[in-house]
Amino acid sequence: MSDVSEIFDSMEYGPAPEDSGIAREWIAGRPDGFGVFIDGAWRTPEDAGRFDTFEPASGQVLTRLTQSGRAEVEAAVGAARGALPRWRGLSGHERARFLYALARGIQKHARLFSVLETLDNGKPIRESRDIDIPLVARHFYHHAGWAQLSGSGELADHEPVGVVGQIIPWNFPLLMLAWKVAPALAAGNTVVLKPAEFTSLTALLFADLCLEVGLPNGVFNVVTGDGETGAALVAHPGVDKIAFTGSTEVGRLIREATAGSGKRLSLELGGKSPFVVFDDADLDSVVEGVVDAIWFNQGQVCCAGSRILVQEGAAATLVDRLRARMEKLRVGDPLDKATDMGAIVAPVQLDRIREMVEEGRREGAEVWQPSWGIPEEGWFYPPTLCTGLHPDARLAREEVFGPVVVLHTFRTPAEAIQMANDTRYGLAASIWTENVNQALHIAPAIKAGTVWVNCTNRFDAASGFGGYRESGFGREGGLEGLWEYLRPIRTAPSGAGEGGERAGRDLPTTGATLETPAPSPPGGTARPQDASPAGADPDGGGIDVTAKLYIGGRQARPDGGYTLLVRGPEGGGVGEVARGNRKDARNAVEAARKAAGPWAARTAHNRAQVLFYLAENLSQASAEFEARLRDLGTDGRGAAAEVQASVRRLFTYAAWADKFDGRVHATPFRNVTLAMNEPLGVVTVVSPETPALLGAISSLAPLLCAGNAVIGVLPGAAGHIAGPLYRLLDGSDVPGGVVNLLTGLDDELRPTLADHDGVDGFWYFGSAGGGADVERRSIGNMKRTWTRSAPGPGWLTGEAGEGEAFLREATQVKNIWIPYGE
Amino acid sequence: MELDLDEVLSATANRSAIERRAATLGGRRSVKKEWQAAWLLRALTCIDLTTLAGDDTEGRVRRLCAKARNPVRRDILAALGMADREIRTAAVCVYHRYVETAVDALRGTPLPVAAVSTGFPHGLSPVETRLAEIEASVAAGAREIDIVITRRHVLVGDWEALYNEVRAFKAACGDAHMKCILATGELGTLRNVARASMVCMMAGSDFIKTSTGKESVNATLPVGLVMARAIRRYGERTGFRVGFKPAGGIRTAKDSLLWLILMREELGVEWTRSHLFRFGASSLLADIERQLEHRVTGRYSAFNRHSLA
Repeated sequence: MSDVSEIFDSMEYGPAPEDSGIAREWIAGRPDGFGVFIDGAWRTPEDAGRFDTFEPASGQVLTRLTQSGRAEVEAAVGAARGALPRWRGLSGHERARFLYALARGIQKHARLFSVLETLDNGKPIRESRDIDIPLVARHFYHHAGWAQLSGSGELADHEPVGVVGQIIPWNFPLLMLAWKVAPALAAGNTVVLKPAEFTSLTALLFADLCLEVGLPNGVFNVVTGDGETGAALVAHPGVDKIAFTGSTEVGRLIREATAGSGKRLSLELGGKSPFVVFDDADLDSVVEGVVDAIWFNQGQVCCAGSRILVQEGAAATLVDRLRARMEKLRVGDPLDKATDMGAIVAPVQLDRIREMVEEGRREGAEVWQPSWGIPEEGWFYPPTLCTGLHPDARLAREEVFGPVVVLHTFRTPAEAIQMANDTRYGLAASIWTENVNQALHIAPAIKAGTVWVNCTNRFDAASGFGGYRESGFGREGGLEGLWEYLRPIRTAPSGAGEGGERAGRDLPTTGATLETPAPSPPGGTARPQDASPAGADPDGGGIDVTAKLYIGGRQARPDGGYTLLVRGPEGGGVGEVARGNRKDARNAVEAARKAAGPWAARTAHNRAQVLFYLAENLSQASAEFEARLRDLGTDGRGAAAEVQASVRRLFTYAAWADKFDGRVHATPFRNVTLAMNEPLGVVTVVSPETPALLGAISSLAPLLCAGNAVIGVLPGAAGHIAGPLYRLLDGSDVPGGVVNLLTGLDDELRPTLADHDGVDGFWYFGSAGGGADVERRSIGNMKRTWTRSAPGPGWLTGEAGEGEAFLREATQVKNIWIPYGE
Repeated sequence: MELDLDEVLSATANRSAIERRAATLGGRRSVKKEWQAAWLLRALTCIDLTTLAGDDTEGRVRRLCAKARNPVRRDILAALGMADREIRTAAVCVYHRYVETAVDALRGTPLPVAAVSTGFPHGLSPVETRLAEIEASVAAGAREIDIVITRRHVLVGDWEALYNEVRAFKAACGDAHMKCILATGELGTLRNVARASMVCMMAGSDFIKTSTGKESVNATLPVGLVMARAIRRYGERTGFRVGFKPAGGIRTAKDSLLWLILMREELGVEWTRSHLFRFGASSLLADIERQLEHRVTGRYSAFNRHSLA
C-alpha cells in the first residue's frame, strides 16, 4: 500500500474490475459446451457441428456452442407449434404471471446476466449493468402488463400470430431477446430464437431462467448457430412470423426468402442516424450526447448517432470540445468499472471498421483519434472523429457499426433537414437546440422512427422503436410493437373468400374480362373494330370517350398509346381502359412524390373535408358508377349496395382523419414521448378487380386519410370505373398528384411500381403470385408491403374491409422523445 | 475582465441533459482499494472544515481547528504509508465573530481561516455594512472570504448590478482569496447558475461556490456540472483558473469521490487540489475517517473511534 502516497499526488484511476467468477463458473458448468434448448430441455445433437465462442476483450475461447441445422430447427419449430394451443389458450393473467416471473428472475440474477453479457460481447460492464439488463427487466414487466390486458380494450378481437421465429444481433444480445420475446409471449405466441453466433450465452442463460420459472415447455426455444441456422428458421413452413434485427443486407435476404410465404415480417435494420446540432444548443451537453450516441457500446448500435450535422457557426467550438472530451475516454477491459469503451465484438468487425476509416482517410477525411493507445491484446478500436469528408464518401453514407463519427456542417434549418434525410436509412435522429420551436419543427421533418430531442439513445419498453425506409419496418415496444404479434380475429361471412393475412387464395370474380386486342401499327390505338363502348360515357349520348389514366391531377393518355377492351360477363365489349405502361407508372410516382409532402402537411380536418366531399360527390354520381358496375356483371341491387358501401367507407375515413391520434407514452423519466402516426409517403395500391369500386375506395381512402399520396392501380376490368373515378377526384378538391390512377394489366404495372425506389409502401390485393412478386421486388428500398387476398364480398362488412388495421398499415409510428425542465 | 454581456447571455444549460450526465457519472468511474484511500485523503485535504451555527462558541471553534490540524488518526495515516505527508484540511471556515479565535488556534500551521461575509447567508444587509464586514474579517486575519451575492440581481437579470457588487467585494478583499457564493438553490434555473457563474468570474472571483449551506437545496451534481463548465469556458476565454467549492449536503465519503470524479472529468486533475477545489462541509470528514480505517483494518469502522470535529 505504499503507493497511496503516489496516487494521492497523481490522482490517477486504478483498476476497478468486476468479478467475473460466478459467470465463468456458470459457463464451466457445461464442460462440453452448450446444446440447444428445445421443448423445455437441453439437447446435445450428436451430428450437429460445434463452434467456439470468444471473449472479445482477450480473444480467448469462452466455450463451444452448437451449430444447429435443419433437424434442430425442425425440432424447435415443432416444439413451439406443439406448445402453441396451450400457451395461447391461457388467460392473459396466466401469461402475465409468467412474464412477471421472468422480469423478477432477470432482476434476481441481474449481475450474472450483466457480467456474462460483458464477457461474451465485450461491452463495458457499466452498460450491461446500468442499461442493458435493467431495460431487459423493464421489457418483461411492461409486457407482463400487456399480457394481463390482452383480449380487452383495443386488444379485443385479436389473436396471436402463432409460431414466431426471432433472429437477433450481437450488439445488445439479451436486450434484443427481450424486445422480441416479451411481446411475442405476452400476445400468446410461441418462440424459436436464434441468437447471434458471436453472443449466444445470455440467451442460453435465459433458457435456464425459463426452466427456473417453470415456463411451459416449448413456449421458448433457442437454436444457436450462424446465418445458415437463421436461414433454415426463416424458410421453415411452420413459422408464422419472422422478427429480425440486424443488417439491411440480411434483412433483404429475409424479405426475399419469405416473399409469398404469407409469413408476417418485422425488420429492424441498419442506420446512419443524424445527430443535428443547432448553434443555440448547450454545446457541453451536446458533447456528452455525442459520447452517448457513438461511443456507447463501441458504436455498435444500429441507431448510433454516427453523422453529426452541426450549424456552421458552432462547428469549430464543437470539434474542439469533442476532441478534448475524447482524450478523457477510457478504452480497455470491459469488466473494469471505469471503462467507457470495451472491445469490438469480433475480428471481422474490427477489420471492417479499420478498412472503412482508412478509406475515409484516403477520400480526404481528417481522422482524429485520442493521443492514448488502445490495449494490444483483444479486439479494440479507439474513438474516432472524422471531419472534412465529402458527403458522398462511403464513410459518410454507410453504416460503420463502430466508434466512428463523421461531422458535416449546415447553414439553415431547411438544409439541416435536407442533409439529415439524405440517406437510405431512417432509424433514428437526435436534435440539439434550446429552441422548442426549432426542435418541434425539425423532429417531424426527419424521416426516422425515433427522434430524440436534446438526448440520444434513450429506450423504453413503452415506446416503439423501429425504422423508416431501408432501416426496416415494424416497431418494438409499446402498443405499436405489440400489434406485430397480433392479428384480428375475423369471422368470415358465409361463402366469402375471406382471406387471412396469407396471400394464398385467388379472387372470386364477377366474370368481366379484359381483352388484349390484336397488335396495331406502332403508336396507334389498338381499337378493335367490334368495340361498342355503350355506356362508356357519362351521358350515354354516344359521343366517343377516350379512356385515360389520371396522373398529377390530369387525365393523361397512356404513354404506350394502347387501349384495352373490357368485355362484360356476356362477352360483349362494355368499355375500354387505357393500357398503362412502365413510363406511366414512373410518371405517376413522380406526381405522387411532389404531392405527398403538401398533402401530409395539410390539417387532418382538411383531409377529412376532402374525403367527405368525395363521398358527397360519389353519392351524386351513383347512377354512373352503378352503370359501370352493372357492365362488369354486378346485378342492379349489388351495384347500388356497392356504391352505398363506398360512400359509407369514405365517411368512415373522413371521420377517422382527425381521430387516428398518436399517443403519449409513459416512459420512465421526465420527458414527453410522443408517438406520432405519420404517413408512409408514396404508396402504390393495387386494388382488387372485384368489387371494383368498393375495393378501390376501401384501399385508397385509408391511405388518403393518413396523409399518403397514392398510385392506385385499377387492375384488369376494374379499370372500367377509372373514368368516373377520376372525374370524381377532379371535382372533389383532391389536390393533383395525391391520387393517381393507372389502368391496364397488373402484371405489366406491378413490377415497375414494386421495384420503384421512390415508392415507400405497396398494398396489393391481387393474386397470391402477384403478392409474392411485390414482396420479392420490395427489397430495393425495403418498401413496406401489405399483401392480402382481398376479402371478396367481405369488403362490404366493416371488420374485413375497413378499420384501424388499415390505418396502421397506412402509417408508421415515429416516437419523439422530448425531455423538459429548465 | 470587463463585463461581457454577450458571453453571459450565450451561456445555456440544458437541465435534462445535465442531469443525465450527473446521474451517470458515478457509474462511469470507480476508485477502489488504495486508489480509494488516496482519493479520500485528497478529498479530505480539500475540505473547508466549517462551523456556521448559532450556537458556535470559542470552545467549539478551537476544537474544530484542532481537528483541521490533525484530521486523521496518526496510526491510520501510518498504515496508509502517509505518515510523512502533511494531511490537513484546506481551511477552517467560521463567522467573522470567530475569525480571531481560529487564527489563534491555527497559529504555526499554514492553515488559513475563511470567513463567511457580506450579510451571510442572505446578503441583504446594507452595502456599506457588507463591505465593512469584509474589511473587518481581513483585518482580523482571515485569508479567505466567502461572500454571498444578492440573488435579486440574478433573478431580475441585472447582470451589471451583480458584476458591480462582486467587483466591490473583491476590491474590499484586497489580497484575501475571494470565494463567491451563488446560493444556487435560490437562483431558479441552471441557466441562471451558468450566467451568474460567468458574471462572478468576470468580476474577479477566485472561487465560485454553490451554496451557503442554509438554502433548502445545496450542492447538487447538476449545479456542480454547470459551474464547472462555466469555469472551463472562462478559462478558455481568459486563461484564468477559477476554483470551485460545492458546499452543503456533502456528507459521505462516496459523495466526495463523486465530486472529485466530476472535477477530474470536466476540468482536469488540477481541480482535485485545494488551490482550485474545496468542499464546504462539516460531517464529511468523519465519514472519510471511517472509510480510511476500513481500508487499513478490513473492518467497518464506527464514528466513536475517531475524534470529534
